[in-house]
Amino acid sequence: MTALALRGITKRFGSTTALDAANLEVREGTLHALLGENGAGKTTLMRLAFGMLKPDAGSIEANGVVRRWRSSADAIAAGIGMVHQHFLLVPAMTVAENVALGDRGFLRRFDPRAAAERVRRIGAETGLMLDPAARVADLPVGAQQRLEIVKALARDARILILDEPTAVLSPSESQELYAWLRSFVAGGRTVVLITHKVREALALADDVTVLRRGRTMLSGATAAVDEAGVIDAMVGSSVASETASRGAAPPGAVVASLVDVSVTDDRGVVRLHGASIDVRAGEIVGVAGVEGAGQRELLRVIAGRIAPGTGTVRLPSRIGFVPEDRLRDALIPAMTLVQNFALKDAGRRRGAMPWADYASRTETAIAAHDVRASGGRSQAGALSGGNQQKFVLARELEGSPAMLVAESPTRGLDIRAAAHVLDALRSARGAGVAVVAYSSDIDEVLSVADRMVVCFNGRLVETPVEAGAVARAIVGLA
Amino acid sequence: MNALAVIVRSKIGASVAASILALIAVGLVIAAGGYDVAQAGAALWNGAAGSAYAFLSGTLVRATPLIIVGLSVAIAFQAGVLNIGAEGQLLAGAAATTAVGLVVASLPGWVSIPLELGAGMAAGALCAAIAAALKRSFGVLEVISTLMLNFVALYGVSYLVRGPLQEPTHTYPLTPPLAQSARLPMLFPGQQLHVGFVAAVALAVATWWFMRATAGGFRVRIAGAGAAAAASAGRVPVERVLFSTFLWSGAIAGLGAAVQVTGVTYQLFEGISPGYGYTAIAVALLARLDPLAVIVAGIFFGGLEAGGAGMQRDAGVPAGFVNVIEALVILGVLAVDRARALGAAWSRPADTAGTT
Repeated sequence: MTALALRGITKRFGSTTALDAANLEVREGTLHALLGENGAGKTTLMRLAFGMLKPDAGSIEANGVVRRWRSSADAIAAGIGMVHQHFLLVPAMTVAENVALGDRGFLRRFDPRAAAERVRRIGAETGLMLDPAARVADLPVGAQQRLEIVKALARDARILILDEPTAVLSPSESQELYAWLRSFVAGGRTVVLITHKVREALALADDVTVLRRGRTMLSGATAAVDEAGVIDAMVGSSVASETASRGAAPPGAVVASLVDVSVTDDRGVVRLHGASIDVRAGEIVGVAGVEGAGQRELLRVIAGRIAPGTGTVRLPSRIGFVPEDRLRDALIPAMTLVQNFALKDAGRRRGAMPWADYASRTETAIAAHDVRASGGRSQAGALSGGNQQKFVLARELEGSPAMLVAESPTRGLDIRAAAHVLDALRSARGAGVAVVAYSSDIDEVLSVADRMVVCFNGRLVETPVEAGAVARAIVGLA
Repeated sequence: MNALAVIVRSKIGASVAASILALIAVGLVIAAGGYDVAQAGAALWNGAAGSAYAFLSGTLVRATPLIIVGLSVAIAFQAGVLNIGAEGQLLAGAAATTAVGLVVASLPGWVSIPLELGAGMAAGALCAAIAAALKRSFGVLEVISTLMLNFVALYGVSYLVRGPLQEPTHTYPLTPPLAQSARLPMLFPGQQLHVGFVAAVALAVATWWFMRATAGGFRVRIAGAGAAAAASAGRVPVERVLFSTFLWSGAIAGLGAAVQVTGVTYQLFEGISPGYGYTAIAVALLARLDPLAVIVAGIFFGGLEAGGAGMQRDAGVPAGFVNVIEALVILGVLAVDRARALGAAWSRPADTAGTT
């Protein structure tokens, strides 16, 4: 019997189509892996199933009945639970309080003893043991994830959706979770697992569905598909086309080098593990990886923005950095372009500010990169996203830095602005700048890269500059 | 666009409009209370600027601590440090100034006065350092810690004027007066205006120049306007900038107290600050945190304080109405700011709204 069926689902956000007549059929009592690259529409599809979004077209069927969710409360009432990639917990509250939070009824009395008892009972029944009195903020990530599952089970979820649940877990925690999911399914319940890890999905799931660019490319029993077929469905054979010609000049001297660098985040999770890489003058090193795979930390170490936990780093003194969140990390929207230009020297300058000099340098940079602004005195926040990004690039490339590090430099830009940004990276390479560029869009990185480095679970893998190889490395099959 | 909109759109215009509206509103309240508004207004004016003596010895004398402490608040707020503990910092500064001033009584003025001012600044900085360290080490919100420290300083002064620093007869809760040599010189014969006023104006100009023209001032501004960008794009050690700005803010509040003690009161007592530390917040906000505008706003509030006393004396209108004016001015400035923000959001071009 079908536990959950989504048929012909289309969902548009503005001008982009996230889902294009996608289908998903999940049999009751099975573990179903939903596979796809970044931006393939996996999470969007599951948010529709969970009632967080409404489809533009298509039907949703739960337990054989066509449903039209008004909100996720309806989906929860129908026995669907979802564990999001970014947990939805109240850190200051206890485990028991977090579980009780979803109870309906405005004037319902909170009974701490009954709430704690419920957490213990679910723990005893399912093996998901938690201390009901523990504060969520004090729990390790793995326990917080258990709590998210317990929350769903407390609402009698029979269909459990998990969005990239192992992204935050250590390998042994992941194995524990997988074992638990198998036993949960063996009890007659249903699991949908959103993941990009092909090998793990094939080892674990009964059925798989592969999405690519919002379309269902492949669907069937795990026994009936093979790894190569799944990868092809995820990546597509069309993108295997050869990439554009490379920079004519051979790469020059090593400008930056990392040897055995590791980075640990605030929560103690190792984000980057023994990474070693050399970056040479006049080459573009492309970086790929799914969210949380370590590329964020890699780029910041190379850009000199964070210090590595262990390992040796040798960096040039002049590094340009184009961060992903430009309105937060690159610009001060309320200040003028001249002030934002001066921002890049703010940490090391002493004495008087040479404002006249900054003003003329700003005008020169604006003109050179075709930034559409009414002059240096306009506010950075008043520019369009594309012009803001061109301005950031202009600023970071000014004064011929030895290296430029760019993180998702075309994010949110229209085609024309994105093309300008990529051209700027290429001409920087031509001028002898060492460039390191990350994008979640593999085709885009490949279109500029001379070399490719892929992050997977905090480790670096060097791959050929070729779509299939990169796609395989991203999902851990290098 | 009509004339009113143009005025409101300029920062100065908004502050002036808010002040005028506040005065009118309080006038209506005074009328509703059964007082003669014309008489009250005349008494207010006479008390503040009716004569050279009223202006120099009333308004400007009261404006002096408001300008200096207003600068303290403006600097902290520019950096996004919500130091509302200027009152406590200036009380700590007043106590230290008096204590040192009593000790150095026998020294000549060119030695004793710098020592007194330095002691006031150090004590103010120390008081701010407690809140700054709590914020840096434990993430304690400075709004709460500085407010609480205000009470610590208040009761600390109470203790000092009844204990170690009390005058020799142990009758009154105040310290003995400072020696002549330990007092600031007067500017004009027959007036009470002291050189502290000139120092306040000079400090405002210096602060304006520092914020505008130096790298250190730029770091303070960007730490307040965009801490993440300052740290990432500018590689500014934001925490260190905020910490030192916090301490300078406290030091300047302490300086305001030191100038008040050596220029006006000559001794320490419980009511030494009629809430200068709080009025200074109003001064800084009315001045839009602009150091030069702090001079004007300080004189405006100093005039209100001086005029309020005159209003009570000559028209029988409670001086407390002046506090209502101060509160309404702040509300007016905030309301105009909010309206401008909404107006800017409405008039923003459509293409930028969607892409970012």
